[in-house]
Amino acid sequence: MIDSFVIPLLKIAIVLNATLVGVTYMVLLERKVIAWAQSRLGPMRVGPYGILQPVADAIKLMIKEDITPTRADKWVFTAAPIISMVPALITYAVIPFGPTVNLFGRQVALSITDINIGLLYVVSVASVGVYGIILAGYSSNSKYPLLASLRASAQLISYEVAVTLTLVSVILMAGSLSMVSIVRAQEIQHVWFAFVQPLAFVIFFIGGLAETNRAPFDMPEAEQELTGGFHTEYSGMRFALFFLAEYANMIVVSSVATTLFLGGWLRPFPNVAALGFLDIIPSWTWFLAKSFVFLYVFIWVRATLPRYRYDQLMAIGWKLLIPLAIANLVITGIVKVMLL
Amino acid sequence: MGQAIAFYTISAFVLFFAVLVVSTKDTVHSVLFLVVDFLFVAALYVLLGAEFLAAIQVLVYAGGIVVLYLFVVMLVNLKRPPEAYEDPHRRTKLGYALSAAVLVELGAIVGYGYLTPSPIRPAPAALPVSGNTEEVGWLLYTSYLIPFEIASILLLVAMIGAIVLAKREL
Repeated sequence: MIDSFVIPLLKIAIVLNATLVGVTYMVLLERKVIAWAQSRLGPMRVGPYGILQPVADAIKLMIKEDITPTRADKWVFTAAPIISMVPALITYAVIPFGPTVNLFGRQVALSITDINIGLLYVVSVASVGVYGIILAGYSSNSKYPLLASLRASAQLISYEVAVTLTLVSVILMAGSLSMVSIVRAQEIQHVWFAFVQPLAFVIFFIGGLAETNRAPFDMPEAEQELTGGFHTEYSGMRFALFFLAEYANMIVVSSVATTLFLGGWLRPFPNVAALGFLDIIPSWTWFLAKSFVFLYVFIWVRATLPRYRYDQLMAIGWKLLIPLAIANLVITGIVKVMLL
Repeated sequence: MGQAIAFYTISAFVLFFAVLVVSTKDTVHSVLFLVVDFLFVAALYVLLGAEFLAAIQVLVYAGGIVVLYLFVVMLVNLKRPPEAYEDPHRRTKLGYALSAAVLVELGAIVGYGYLTPSPIRPAPAALPVSGNTEEVGWLLYTSYLIPFEIASILLLVAMIGAIVLAKREL
């Protein structure tokens, strides 16, 4: 009873709440880091150094008037933010935050579930997320959102190919689709896959930027060309849901990158026994720290790089990343068969 | 028992959304119902213990193919009144005959299934691998290698054909 109901429900509650709190503080972190990059202070008014800013923002978004345009397709207009939020959240079901640990005399796995097809689940859930953007643009019945959503869906579909191909080469290395087994494989092979699959790692990261619509690939919300992008017509809490979904997706990409390429919950150099004293630090801390590095790089890239033009974006995706990913996959396969 | 309840509930949803797909007037809504329908079919696969197939169903159909449908539907103006679709050459009688034939065929299959006792099949030989994904892969590359390769060539031909049709000068 406790093992089959109470603990999973507790885990789901903790992960979802931690994600939503994490997302709101990601927004603050982003504003702060970008402000520092531009020699500004960022939010300073609400609380010391602005640390209560997310709370103020949340209250503001909740009590703002929620407008539905007259000629909008009402059902789809309401469903679109939900459709983009749900896939972002249910992906956390398979992400392993740590190994099975002994908690109050009970064996508890630090992941909501470990299914045999974990990575495939992540990819397929992410592929459903694109509907949120397409439908938001379509149902607004307005020019800019429609253009933005067409761009966004073309971009997402193109980069999904490259990202999935890099995942296949990781699966070849690990010999499993289960997220826990992929981390275990890195433990057994004594190496993070980022070092044996550097090309896949770079392509995955670039693809991840594009998949989450982040700068320099934030084409769908290019202010100068498209006013607000696909969510121009949205206001209040529905706009907030799109915003939350974007940041939740960033955390998903960071967690998946950590799991696949940076050894998940493993400490640095798991093969060097001299660093054994690092085991005092709980494993999930390593996971969170590594994911945080990715999130920081996401923001850093946004503060540093200008946006690509749309045709350049497509050229990078189709003419550079996909051929490289295929070459990487073929080479991985050959090396795996010949040497191992 | 629980499995039967789940099966009939999910099947009812599959049929319900399938009816909505063909009966809704707004084409975009119709495509959306199709997505929901595919998700319920994926749930049926999960119920049968075929998680791999369920994930592929969501990835390929719900996440891939229907996105393209949606593109086409959004870019083509379909908001004409239903009368605009009245084709004087439409063969209504032929349509009724065809649907009747399909219905009779379905009934025959169901009736045959009920009347004849299912033959006792030998248990499938144990595969040298375990796990859903591994078993699918093993079977595809051993017993079903030739159909698998033929299907791949078919897809390749379709891909090349699309490129030849779409590209003006090669």
